[in-house]
Amino acid sequence: MSPSVRLQEMIRVIRGARTQGEERGVIQRECAAIRAQFRQADNGTRSHNLAKLLYVHMLGYPAHFGQMECVRLIASPRYNEKRVGYLGAMMLLDEKQDASLLITNSIKNDLSHSSQYVQSLALCTLACMGSAEMCRDLAPEIDRLLRASNSYIKKKAALCAVHMVRKVPELGELFTPAARSLLSEKNHGVLHGAVVLITELCERNPDTLEQFRKAVPELVLMMKGLVMSGYSPEHNVAGISDPFLQVRILRLLRILGRNNDTASDAMNDLLAQVATNTDSSKTAGSAVLYETVLTVMDIKSESGLRVLAVNILGRFLLNNDRNIRYISMTSLQKIVQTDHNAVQRHRGTIVDCLKDQDASVKRRALELSLALVSAVNIRSLMKELLLFLSSCPPELRAHTTSGIFNAAERYAPSQRWHIDTILHVLTTAGGDVRDETVPNLIQLITTATELHCYTVHKLYRALITDISVQSLVQVACWCIGEYGDLLLRGECEETEPVQVTEDDVLDALETVLQSHMSSPATRGFALTATMKLSTRITHNVDRIRSIVSIYGSCIDVELQQRAVEYNALFKKYDHMRAAVLERMPVIDKSSPGHTNGESAGGTIKELEPAKLTQEIVLPQEPSNQVCDLLDLLGDSGEPFQPSPSLSSTAPGPASSTAGGDLLDLLGGLDVTPAPPSVTVYEKNGVTLKLQTDRQTDTGMTVTLTATNSTDGDITGLTLQAAVPKSVQLQMKAPSGDVIPAHGLGQVTQTVLLNNPNKVSLKIRVRVCYTSQSSVCQDTVQIDSFPSTAW
Amino acid sequence: MMHFLLLFSRQGKLRLQKWFTPVPEREKKKIVRDMTTMVLGRKPRSCNFLHWKDLKIVYKKYASLYFCCGLDAEENELLALEVLHRYVELLDKYFGNVCELDIIFNFEKAYFILDEFLLGGEVQETSKQVLSRSIEASDMLQEAEIDNSDYDLELGWP
Repeated sequence: MSPSVRLQEMIRVIRGARTQGEERGVIQRECAAIRAQFRQADNGTRSHNLAKLLYVHMLGYPAHFGQMECVRLIASPRYNEKRVGYLGAMMLLDEKQDASLLITNSIKNDLSHSSQYVQSLALCTLACMGSAEMCRDLAPEIDRLLRASNSYIKKKAALCAVHMVRKVPELGELFTPAARSLLSEKNHGVLHGAVVLITELCERNPDTLEQFRKAVPELVLMMKGLVMSGYSPEHNVAGISDPFLQVRILRLLRILGRNNDTASDAMNDLLAQVATNTDSSKTAGSAVLYETVLTVMDIKSESGLRVLAVNILGRFLLNNDRNIRYISMTSLQKIVQTDHNAVQRHRGTIVDCLKDQDASVKRRALELSLALVSAVNIRSLMKELLLFLSSCPPELRAHTTSGIFNAAERYAPSQRWHIDTILHVLTTAGGDVRDETVPNLIQLITTATELHCYTVHKLYRALITDISVQSLVQVACWCIGEYGDLLLRGECEETEPVQVTEDDVLDALETVLQSHMSSPATRGFALTATMKLSTRITHNVDRIRSIVSIYGSCIDVELQQRAVEYNALFKKYDHMRAAVLERMPVIDKSSPGHTNGESAGGTIKELEPAKLTQEIVLPQEPSNQVCDLLDLLGDSGEPFQPSPSLSSTAPGPASSTAGGDLLDLLGGLDVTPAPPSVTVYEKNGVTLKLQTDRQTDTGMTVTLTATNSTDGDITGLTLQAAVPKSVQLQMKAPSGDVIPAHGLGQVTQTVLLNNPNKVSLKIRVRVCYTSQSSVCQDTVQIDSFPSTAW
Repeated sequence: MMHFLLLFSRQGKLRLQKWFTPVPEREKKKIVRDMTTMVLGRKPRSCNFLHWKDLKIVYKKYASLYFCCGLDAEENELLALEVLHRYVELLDKYFGNVCELDIIFNFEKAYFILDEFLLGGEVQETSKQVLSRSIEASDMLQEAEIDNSDYDLELGWP
């Protein structure tokens, strides 16, 4: 009985085992027998035992006790034992095992063996698991084999050299001369090995790359020969002559032609020829064309050739084979930045691929579509993207929504379109949008002043249909709170107006407040909106009062705090309610309190979630807005006396306390060097310094700092400012109104100025304070500003 | 270069594994598990290319066997499909209408054929005829030795 039947019998027995336990039993018995056999002297069955062990190893069982047997078998004079020994070495040993060093000597001997098949075994094993030391040891041997042996060995030696160069890059110098001479071989196997070796050498060493640039004409000729040759039965694959070699030559040409005009010129004709003559009906041809396209795009090719390459990719897009569509899109993605117009021509096909069944193809199509968005095609492309969003796989939704928002932001043809698009996305995939979407959308809505009516109508309709999408509900609540009066008016130019009563609106908000689907942040929005409506509606203020007082004992601390504060607003500060809850100004996108997706600094972004989660952050603004009178400001300049519950003086209802904290935190983050400050007022121990900071072309931040050098505290400090007619002024809340004595502290007030007409800037400041029980009031005019101003 | 080549059945049983880079044993097992889960989980008419870590994975199903290889990022995936196909053709020529059982019971021969076709993760010979001839010659050398040794044993010669 031939011994190898025993191996097959063992395999049969193992496969016949009905349970895992039975299999383990069989294998344990066999392994014990194998171990016993290994300990015995040579009896002609060693190779079969090792083969059995290798099978067991493939099933996942430990086989380390076979390592020494591999070493012994490799040293055997018999070919069949060597063969299995080397196979075992490749499977059980790797460079990290100690036993692998022991086979170095055997490999060395076998490299000079009389039989080429034994040499081949040694070369194969060396290329598979040769460690760095082994490579250094045996490199001269390989070099010898590269020069003086038959083609069977030469091709293997070339690839073995590739492995050595990967392991020990310095060996590249040793192999370069031999590699050069191999290029003149005729045998395809050797040529292939030579091209791979040269590619590896050129990738690692720029000097070698320079050297091999001279070989470009030779490579071009070689390639031409392959493309134009007739049918060669030996190397033909689906009508292409040796596609493996063709692809490797093209890759080498790519490396040689990169960033080099002469080399690129030399290969232009060839690449055009390959591109036009290769038949791409089968995979082999497509592989060659694909490599050609990659080469054309990477070297300095002429524009006609580039257009040809992009057209090939476009043709690939229409191919029935999904693989070819996939790689076409991958390649188009790489070149969409540089050859944008050429890729745009194929936009239609790319967009069609969005509807493909395969998830990988869809993903590629999505990325390409987003890269192709431009001002010209935004409307049609967005339609397709929105259609895609409604049916896209869940793992792509977040990416799609953020892509759509970016595209809309950059290329929106009109504000109404922009708002519509964002609303559409929120209704379709509101759960997958980023956190910044809500503040961004709100900012956008405030800027679109003429669309307030339209927007609030749309959002109201969306709200009464569905309150599960948190982002949409939050924006809707905010809008209803702000523009509820427009809703109740019952007329709208842009869209069909709704006929609602105040009760309906309050019902909607209350549903959100009470629903278990609403997140705490959303409920916060709803409560604030309800409160805001108290100044915009006429009849149901009591209802609002009762809602607010109910939530005064809510379990959620945030809601409770708000409700208590709003209650206070109803009771003690009812005279201020109208001013506090007035319509919001246009939110400036670059103000520090506003998070704007990508443009927000990292530190601010980190703080936002900690403090505010989904809330909008509003800049701190008292209700005095734009002042274009040279007269001093009236009462509106006075800061509010803070009561214990309203800790900051800002009237922004949504984030009164949290926002104040944020401003302090932001103050702490300020790391820019302080611009020079000028003392503008000094009297009674009170010093007022002015500091300017140029923010933009027309905008400037002025910081007024008041210090006190007297023995007693200065109380009741107020600062008011007036500027020329065309200049816009915004006073921020002062840091306080008490200046501690002996210069122990200071009060700062920030003033934002906008000077669009660039008139000469003057500012008049009225300072008012109580010092040692006497009230003082002074006016200072500042005509010239420190040098940082214009 | 190719980093690894795996053959596994529809049930996820490994039939052949060739590693062209040094990988610890535990890592090998993990990669095999990952590959089988990923490839077996693909829908029938998906494309044959995947991404895994920084490698491109190309796989093709032939009857009940999945051929799966991991490539460097700059490799040509379509050519890799051709490489896999060429290997299947070689097996087919050698075994005559190859099926999974052939590869199970003659796994060492499958390895020998692979070692004639790929070396160090690269294709070493592009001609089918040359490859078949060298495989046959090696087999004949092996047979000759075995015959000789049998002969020796029978006659009791050392």
